[in-house]
Amino acid sequence: MGIELLSFLKGKKKKQASNKGSGLMTLEPEKVPVYTPGLQADGTVVRLVSNRKIKKPYRVSGIDDVASKNNWKAWLYLAPVIILVTIFLLYPLINTIFISFTKNYNYTTGKYDGFTLENFGIILHMIPYKSSAGEAWETSFTSNAIPNTFIITFVTVPVSIFLALIISVALNSIKAFQRFLQTVFFLPYVTNSIAIGMVFSVLFDDAGLINYIFGLQHAGPNGGPMQWIYNTPTAIAMIPLCLFIVWNSIPFKILILLSGLQGIDKQYYQAAQIDAAPKWKVFGRITVPLLSPQILYLMITSFIGAFKEYNSIVSIFGKKGETMAGQKNMYTIVFYVYDNISANTSFAAAAAVFLFIIILVFTFIQFWASSKRVHY
Amino acid sequence: MSKTATATYIDFADVRVNKNLVLSITESSKTVDQIKSAEKVSHIIFTILTYAFIIALALIVIFPFYWMIITSLKTYNEITQENQTFFPSVVMWSNYVYVFQHFNFFVYMKNTIIVAIFSTIGTLLTTIFAAFAFSRLQFKGREALFMVFLATMMIPGEMMVISNYITVASFGWITSSTHTQTITEAYAAMIVPFWVSVFHIYLLRQNFKQIPNELYLAAKVDGKSDWSYLWKVMVPLAAPTLISISILKFMGTWNSYVWPNLVTELPQYRLISNGLRESSFQNADLGTIEYGYQMAASILVTVPLFLLFVFFRKYIMKGVGRAGIKG
Repeated sequence: MGIELLSFLKGKKKKQASNKGSGLMTLEPEKVPVYTPGLQADGTVVRLVSNRKIKKPYRVSGIDDVASKNNWKAWLYLAPVIILVTIFLLYPLINTIFISFTKNYNYTTGKYDGFTLENFGIILHMIPYKSSAGEAWETSFTSNAIPNTFIITFVTVPVSIFLALIISVALNSIKAFQRFLQTVFFLPYVTNSIAIGMVFSVLFDDAGLINYIFGLQHAGPNGGPMQWIYNTPTAIAMIPLCLFIVWNSIPFKILILLSGLQGIDKQYYQAAQIDAAPKWKVFGRITVPLLSPQILYLMITSFIGAFKEYNSIVSIFGKKGETMAGQKNMYTIVFYVYDNISANTSFAAAAAVFLFIIILVFTFIQFWASSKRVHY
Repeated sequence: MSKTATATYIDFADVRVNKNLVLSITESSKTVDQIKSAEKVSHIIFTILTYAFIIALALIVIFPFYWMIITSLKTYNEITQENQTFFPSVVMWSNYVYVFQHFNFFVYMKNTIIVAIFSTIGTLLTTIFAAFAFSRLQFKGREALFMVFLATMMIPGEMMVISNYITVASFGWITSSTHTQTITEAYAAMIVPFWVSVFHIYLLRQNFKQIPNELYLAAKVDGKSDWSYLWKVMVPLAAPTLISISILKFMGTWNSYVWPNLVTELPQYRLISNGLRESSFQNADLGTIEYGYQMAASILVTVPLFLLFVFFRKYIMKGVGRAGIKG
């Protein structure tokens, strides 16, 4: 601080104060009386001391003083992102909620017949859908989309997290070929899900490998082969679908869990070894609790992902999302949204808002439930 | 305390005690060597079991890829016969010839690459600028704005699709009663909405924040502007993250199905996933799906991603794994 005071005494202070963003601390000039250090004429001794107020700390180091304080420049850097986020993220969010409360929204003209709460009632099968052709019930949302979405979510998420946990613990415990096997388990991540979904539909075909291996070539209706994908009830078609989703979602989970495992301090395991703790106890008492942040993260992201399942259904069952013609029996909530975008925009918006609320509720439940069990 | 201690400890230096003391360590009548070798055996057995488990699962994981390859090389009759074969009896390279003739692979590939390149460039630019502003520049409401950005990651993309579709239509990029979509408009509709990725901004901001302040101060001393500091120092230093972002973006475009399907009018404007799903490869006479052709097309779609993975494995796994780091 002596340097600043000296430079002030030499009269350079003004120049520095005007030099915006140069970063050196500023002193208010009028508060520092001008003395020449040393013995004064009246006999007092003047020493170089700072009369800086203690409340205001110096800020000569660090980025704050050097960083440009030109607000408009920062906003210029942010302008493209802000514009894009507003147009393609924030506005659509509000607009979708808005559309969900309009009647017969026309997406090409933007016209609608007033506001209503009916859309939610119609898609949730509470009130009939009135049109010029008469009354009709919208059934595919409650009878197909919601149950299918929940089945997919509550089957694939626990199964895939559990499998990923076991695989990554096993991978972490071996030495030879660890990197190689890790890469193998990552492979499903770098594939086109449409292409691999088609492979699954070949595997589960009437004349496919699954029927051949498990001897199901005469287990189907009328002594024919087992039907997994075509002309089969939803419950059976869920099996190849859930297998595919689990297969497809495991690599990401293994990657996350493995990096979490490698971050665990070895001392915990050494302590357990000294106590001769059995392996399953080590897994339950050390590994899982210490991995709980990663597991929570995976729970939340994969719940959200499973609620939005769409591509996997298209890739196995085709664009219509059904195993039986006209039944729409493999619909999920997102499938319903996409299917109705142009024909019934208001319904699609209501379904999207419904999905949004479900996801929010589930995310908060998980945060709440985990607040005591996750160890950071 | 010291009194009780003297009562319990054995003074080994005491000759009288030592005479009568026999120290024997036994555990269930086994010697130390026996226990050691038993532990070794159980360790070996456990390792073998672990390897067996992992290798079995790894085989299951890669099996669909294997099946895709051999099915693409089989005849139709071999694919549908009752006894499945694990290796094609006749290797049918002609399946690929057929696919190249009937599946517009190169058209879809061209569309996908164009869309991938332009959306990646756009994303990189907006991400770099925003991450720079959030990590280096000072302005009022910086943290609040960043929190708003992070909050948008919670919103499911499906919420946006409806309105984005309407927005893109209002830009005149979609076929309407008065307008027919051109290929440039189709590209624009597939590129522009994806020019921003909050997650990538977050990722790059973290990376920029790790660059020491001293570099910035040094650049300032040398009279460099923020702009040239960003491009000459920060961007080169964050190159690994930028490569990760580019590859993940490219993979995203390669796999995107829903949006291109919604906003494009003609099949030849669409991307590779759409092309694969829409090419039915149906036998004209029987109406059955020609799985051999379908699998050959699937391989063509999968191989470029695989090559990308082979060359950029480190960046891909790092970029994906970064998502799981807490904080």
